[in-house]
Amino acid sequence: MGCITHRLYGSFLDNNLWQSVRHTAIFWQLVAVAVIVAGGMWLFGNILDNLANRGIASGFSFLKSTAGFGISTSLIDFTEASSIGRAFWVGLLNTLMVSAISVVLATILGFAVGIARFSNNWLLARLAMGFVETLRNIPLLLQIFFWYFAVLRSLPGPRQSYDIAGLAYLNYRGFYIPKLEFFDGSGWSVVGIVILAVAAFCLRRHRVVPRISVVLAVLILVFLLVSASVSVPALKGFNFTGGSVLSPEFVALVIALSSYTAAFIAEIVRAGIQSVPRGQIEAADALALSAKDRMRFVVIPQALRVIVPLLTNQYLNLTKNSSLAAAIAFPDLVSVFAGTALNITGQAIEIIGITMAVYLTISLLIAFAMNAFNRSTAMRGLSTG
Amino acid sequence: MSWVRENLFSSWGNTLTSCFIGFVLAWALVPFVDWAVISADWGGSKRTDCNSGGACWVYVIQRFDQFMYGFYPVSERWRVDVVGILLVVALTLFFWPRVSARLALLCWALALFFCWFLLTGGVLALPYVETRLWGGMMLTVVLTVGGLVLAFPVAILLALGRRSSLPLVRISCTAFIELWRGVPLITVLFMASVMLPLFLPDGAGVDKLLRALIGVSLFAGAYLAEVIRGGLQAILRGQYEAAAALGLGYWKTMTYVIMPQALRHVIPGLLNTIIALFKDTTLVLIIGMFDFLGIIQASLNDQEWLGLAAEGYVFAALIYWSICYSLSRLSIKVEQHSGVHRV
Repeated sequence: MGCITHRLYGSFLDNNLWQSVRHTAIFWQLVAVAVIVAGGMWLFGNILDNLANRGIASGFSFLKSTAGFGISTSLIDFTEASSIGRAFWVGLLNTLMVSAISVVLATILGFAVGIARFSNNWLLARLAMGFVETLRNIPLLLQIFFWYFAVLRSLPGPRQSYDIAGLAYLNYRGFYIPKLEFFDGSGWSVVGIVILAVAAFCLRRHRVVPRISVVLAVLILVFLLVSASVSVPALKGFNFTGGSVLSPEFVALVIALSSYTAAFIAEIVRAGIQSVPRGQIEAADALALSAKDRMRFVVIPQALRVIVPLLTNQYLNLTKNSSLAAAIAFPDLVSVFAGTALNITGQAIEIIGITMAVYLTISLLIAFAMNAFNRSTAMRGLSTG
Repeated sequence: MSWVRENLFSSWGNTLTSCFIGFVLAWALVPFVDWAVISADWGGSKRTDCNSGGACWVYVIQRFDQFMYGFYPVSERWRVDVVGILLVVALTLFFWPRVSARLALLCWALALFFCWFLLTGGVLALPYVETRLWGGMMLTVVLTVGGLVLAFPVAILLALGRRSSLPLVRISCTAFIELWRGVPLITVLFMASVMLPLFLPDGAGVDKLLRALIGVSLFAGAYLAEVIRGGLQAILRGQYEAAAALGLGYWKTMTYVIMPQALRHVIPGLLNTIIALFKDTTLVLIIGMFDFLGIIQASLNDQEWLGLAAEGYVFAALIYWSICYSLSRLSIKVEQHSGVHRV
């Protein structure tokens, strides 16, 4: 009742009525708070009763107890003797790894498809449209199942693996790829490579030293050659040795997540490009820019202002969708923590609470980072346009 | 001919691209069409009837009823058919220009109650059918429609609350919306299936389907609230002022002036949310329910029909795709239509 009258008449109503409007506002807020608090207390009371009745422990001490289960894919050391708290970190790191890799792939693929929809090659434009319309109208879970059960799980065994240029092998046990193996004591050269790479990225458009990034790239290569060797997988007996293996669950998840999200990103890119005024394109043509330069220097920078905020949503969705890993038993956060650990400890409230809190934090962090990036692109657009 | 030259072979690069894509398409599509249509098996009733090396559609044909109705008793399946027809009729009410919104809503409410009683049974001469037996496409539709219907009132209140001038109401609504939008649906479903029984008084056991519905509608409600908020923001200030000049209070202003306009603005957004929800209902298979995808997935492990994953998934994809694609076309149509006539 309060808000409209308040907003419209608040300034010129006589004092008495103004007081009563304000009191109504306070009254309704108090009612809302009372309802929320009462509901919360009722739920909380029920929880305490139920936990006591069922003899379920509460508190977070379960995080220190022994896990007693193994995890197939892990970025940090994990054995059955490790704690459940450590299993949580394994799951979280796997979620972040899958999301990060898929975000990069989805962005590249999405931009490529989105731009391809404007190709003057009819076949290419139609293909891009078919890609978008097919993938975004089929549930992601079905796509994950398709890649996992119908494609990767029905590949031949190690001896009949698909051979990719003698470097990588694909069979039903996974995707065997070459691995960079650093020699002992080459930690400093890794640091050096990272510093050089960062420098190359920062100086890539340096005007005083035009080819600085090429020089740095050569330096990185030299560092790599002296400090590391490449281990290529090779068939020994019934399985491959050397290299590293990506599990079929991981490959299926990354393919499905990145292609599904790419379809949505492609639509966003298309909308962004269409939002660039026609005059800009005509101006670029008047300057005799080639089609490629027109896209790169005129259209894309302006389209980014529309694209970036929408892209944030897609990255958030992708991260949340990575939780579908639970359906094919890839050990992500939901699968390891809200699945296996929950079954062992039975402490549903703590575990689901932590899991939701983690996703909420990730969502807020990504939103925050992308907003910062958004501000920078928006500013750049303003200063040049 | 000139079209071909202009659109496929206008330059060297273009010609090369066309040839490459043509080659890849031929390489991928020809074997697929051969597998799916030309050398596929259509007739028969057993796994052994599939011996041509193509797709074994016999399996899909044999299992079709189960994919649609789940484990719903065969003698009672007419009830599901009636409900399906009723839903389609109720849906057309919204596109019928002569029917007022209030009448349409009333019809919907009645139809939904009727559907629920018809599906569960236990009244009159209808035998009771446990929700445990519901499955297949029927469960998918129940989850989508039920989730939406439960979510809609919540979403309207949340959207209004988020735009309220009362800070406490605004903050709590914003927090509630952002909480559900920030977490994956699967954790919401886990919460609904594992945690919800702990939240309720002892003995108030809630049916598994109802728990899933509550989870889905909380999740969908938060997204719908944001869509509706977009519509509210598009309403000009003059509308509020005109309503105030007529002496309408807050709720009357919202019910008769603001909401009817706001909802009309966001029909395409609503349809997109429905499409997303329809696809997302597949997640209930992770908490052990047999929706359309769930029942296909389960049937792939049947000893008599092993090794037919590709057929099952292609069939599921085809059905999901045709429904989602037609809904998205409808959304585009409505958008164009409202752009011309209703502003």
